[in-house]
Amino acid sequence: MMPNIAAFLLALAIVGLVAEMLRRKKLREKYAIWWLVVGIATLVLAAFPQLLVFIARVVGVQLPSNLLFILSILMLLGVCLHLSWEISVVEEETRALAEEVAILRIQVERLTGLLPVSGSNGSQDPEGQ
Amino acid sequence: MRNLENNRVLVIMPAWNEADCVGATVAEVLTLDEPYDVLVVNDGSTDETPRIAASAGATVLNLPFNLGVGGAMRAGFKYAQRLGYSQVIQVDADGQHDPRNIREVLNGLESADISIGARFADRGDYTVKGPRKWAMRLLASVLSKLAKTTLTDVTSGFRAGNSRAIVQYLDHYPAEYLGDTIDSLVVAVRSGLSVTQVPVEMRPRQGGTPSHHPIKAAVYLGRSFFALAFALTRRRSHVALPLQTMAGQK
Repeated sequence: MMPNIAAFLLALAIVGLVAEMLRRKKLREKYAIWWLVVGIATLVLAAFPQLLVFIARVVGVQLPSNLLFILSILMLLGVCLHLSWEISVVEEETRALAEEVAILRIQVERLTGLLPVSGSNGSQDPEGQ
Repeated sequence: MRNLENNRVLVIMPAWNEADCVGATVAEVLTLDEPYDVLVVNDGSTDETPRIAASAGATVLNLPFNLGVGGAMRAGFKYAQRLGYSQVIQVDADGQHDPRNIREVLNGLESADISIGARFADRGDYTVKGPRKWAMRLLASVLSKLAKTTLTDVTSGFRAGNSRAIVQYLDHYPAEYLGDTIDSLVVAVRSGLSVTQVPVEMRPRQGGTPSHHPIKAAVYLGRSFFALAFALTRRRSHVALPLQTMAGQK
């Protein structure tokens, strides 16, 4: 089987793009690692297509392309889960920041005299015990 | 008010676009005999809520965007902890919770860490039917078993907590739907906090009506199962809870 030139070039472009985004700090390492792994794997498979046939035979997949599909689907699933997890963390962090900002705003307004100092902010000892 | 420093009570009122009723509710709380501090947590309102609340005499905590009731409440608890309040009570801005019951609900804290102002407890005429009722019944019975006390209204937002409750809430108080009621209560109980309930009457909401739509009620049932199932499997809070000062048990 001949190396697949188109697939090789595509994989090369992806690896190049990810590397460039990393270099410009547009992509953080923890996300880039997925794409680098995929890009390099695609590069290797495009250069040596018989490798895919070999692996498919070893794991018992009849059609080598199906092995490629299932691996792609699993990889995308992994990326999606990772992103959902990351965004949940970010939302929780945003929530904590919103709380802090709101509390600080009250305190700043009091300090600058925009708000009357009422009984509600008497002393600021951390424990009321 | 300074001499009440060690046992000041903070009334936390989450409000999202409640301009119609927040002023009246705040004023009602401030005219009570006890000198309560009122904190209106403005949950990203786009109307006049913060201005009206402030001119009614409340301290307004302005969240930069909408976080939901759970988010607003946790912000309120954080404020309470920073300023050293020993007791907090959540009161709805829509006037559904009668401010005259605040003292009664707070009295529940003499024997527990969390005190719930409950609707179905043989007082008042608050009724629901259909799937919503089954859901509330089921939640109440599961929570009663967990808390080893009779609870009839675990979705009530009319709740008081002491400083132990505040510390635990800050560790776990989800912003999700039902997270502020079911989820937080289950985790609080499993983390070793004690709960009691005080029968109260609810007033009709000043705006809007409770939903009795069958599909909405069914969705409610499903979501409460979901919230309960997750809450039951969550890890307990391992926070250093302050020693109980008033509660007499354990």
